[in-house]
Amino acid sequence: MAPALSTEKTGTAVVPQDAPAAVRLHHVHKSFGRPGAAQPVLDDITLDVRPGEFVCLLGASGCGKSTLLNLVAGLDRPTAGTIEVPGGRPALMFQEHALFPWLTAGRNIELALRLRGVPRAERRPEAERLLDLVRLGGSYRKRVHELSGGMRQRVALARALAQDSQLLLMDEPFAALDAITRDVLHHELTRIWSETSLSVLFVTHNVREAVRLAQRVVLLSSRPGRVAREWEVDIPQPRRIEDAAVADLSVEITEELRGEIRRHGQH
Amino acid sequence: MASTDTTAKAKPDGHDLAGLEAGLDALDAVQVKRTPFTQVLLHKVLPPVSAVVLVLAVWKILVLAEVTDDYKLPDPSAVWHSLTELWVQGTLLDIVWTSVSRGLLGFAAALALGTPLGLLVARVRFVRAALGPILSGLQSLPSVAWVPAAVIWLGITDSAMYAVILLGAVPSIANGLVSGIDQVPPLYLRAGRTIGATGARGAWHILLPAALPGYLAGLKQGWAFSWRSLMAAELIASSPDLGLGLGQFLENSRTDSDMPGVLLGIFLILFVGIAIDLIVFSPLERRVLRTRGLATR
Repeated sequence: MAPALSTEKTGTAVVPQDAPAAVRLHHVHKSFGRPGAAQPVLDDITLDVRPGEFVCLLGASGCGKSTLLNLVAGLDRPTAGTIEVPGGRPALMFQEHALFPWLTAGRNIELALRLRGVPRAERRPEAERLLDLVRLGGSYRKRVHELSGGMRQRVALARALAQDSQLLLMDEPFAALDAITRDVLHHELTRIWSETSLSVLFVTHNVREAVRLAQRVVLLSSRPGRVAREWEVDIPQPRRIEDAAVADLSVEITEELRGEIRRHGQH
Repeated sequence: MASTDTTAKAKPDGHDLAGLEAGLDALDAVQVKRTPFTQVLLHKVLPPVSAVVLVLAVWKILVLAEVTDDYKLPDPSAVWHSLTELWVQGTLLDIVWTSVSRGLLGFAAALALGTPLGLLVARVRFVRAALGPILSGLQSLPSVAWVPAAVIWLGITDSAMYAVILLGAVPSIANGLVSGIDQVPPLYLRAGRTIGATGARGAWHILLPAALPGYLAGLKQGWAFSWRSLMAAELIASSPDLGLGLGQFLENSRTDSDMPGVLLGIFLILFVGIAIDLIVFSPLERRVLRTRGLATR
């Protein structure tokens, strides 16, 4: 069981020409704890995200959603199986904005640009462009604590975009926001996603959010996390969280999710 | 998932949402206001001034009531007289500067030693296990306890003074940096790693700036320790060969049974300690906390 993790910039060579992928998980296992007494968290996850695709990973607590994202982000290694990210290090957004409070909004973005190797002279205009993209033009000098929760997540999104990665990983990024702000951010995210060639792997426990955003919803079972079922969502964008079609599919997926959760009460 | 009336009325096109977004931003954004000057005067200057006036009044009343002999509790004006006398002699600033320059030089040396030591203790597990408990323990050791040892090793010299300052201040500064680094939220380090701040770049761009508030608190305490240890050293190891500092001035006044001089010495030591804190450390600390939205006042 030699874990062959390839998150380096390997180009398209590792992806077969017939089926390109933004990320490819192949029989991924992850356990925590000592060998022998290890707790499996993820069990045999095989999942592709196509270039430009928007996939939501859905699951109850303990399904290992965040663990899975950490593996894809390269912050942790799988116990077995392979993860291929042909586009290089993915960008990652957290539930908390994770902006650095000692820097202004603009400087947070510039730090990501700088670490990516963007020359000094180009950083400022690029940061301004990214702030405009998340509709925060003019907030360059704002301190993190001067921004509202929604604005902070938009700056965090701009910082993630500053990495110029082909893959954006999102770990329940809107879970701590109020409903209206979340609606607005759903709209912004789908707008930015449709304007770029970005692939998104979005983790949530909110079924409606998943159906509102995704082209494909992947339901994970809990303890250990396995791919339980997938749905293609062919409701045309822009969707609204109150749309009847969104509600109908949400009901169906929620039933399935409840079934997954109930199984754990039967032991 | 609650759906809301406000969005139900909005059309699904981007233009309307942009307006909604602008409204949300305007409603939610934190307003940062500067306190007006009169407010600063009223809330920050007035209370300590009143406290000083009150202490002087009580003192004066005790003198007038003749609770004790004049040589034990002199009139406030006698202390003032000692001060003006020193000023006229031209020695006041010399005495203060002798001690302050020793204190600042010692503090600078403690800074240069304590910072790398703190980094080592915080980041190298073996060093932390070896030195961490000793550093914490040294903080509870009054640095005046080092004076006899320093005098035996180095004689009654400036070097002995600096040794005592270092032994007092280095542990505080190192410990401040260690706790500053320990309190860095792991989220910042993860976020840093995802944008490529690893290794030395991670330390420079993420770890050190994130640890700055704790480090500054350590510096502030380090200065207090430096100043206290220096005064103890000057009091105990006073010799005519060394320049006349505040500690020696205090000790000389005691041998002369000059109570106004003793009180003046105490006040000057207190004054310097407070002044350095107010001029150097408080503005620095306030600025760092304010830019991070952590300032409570």
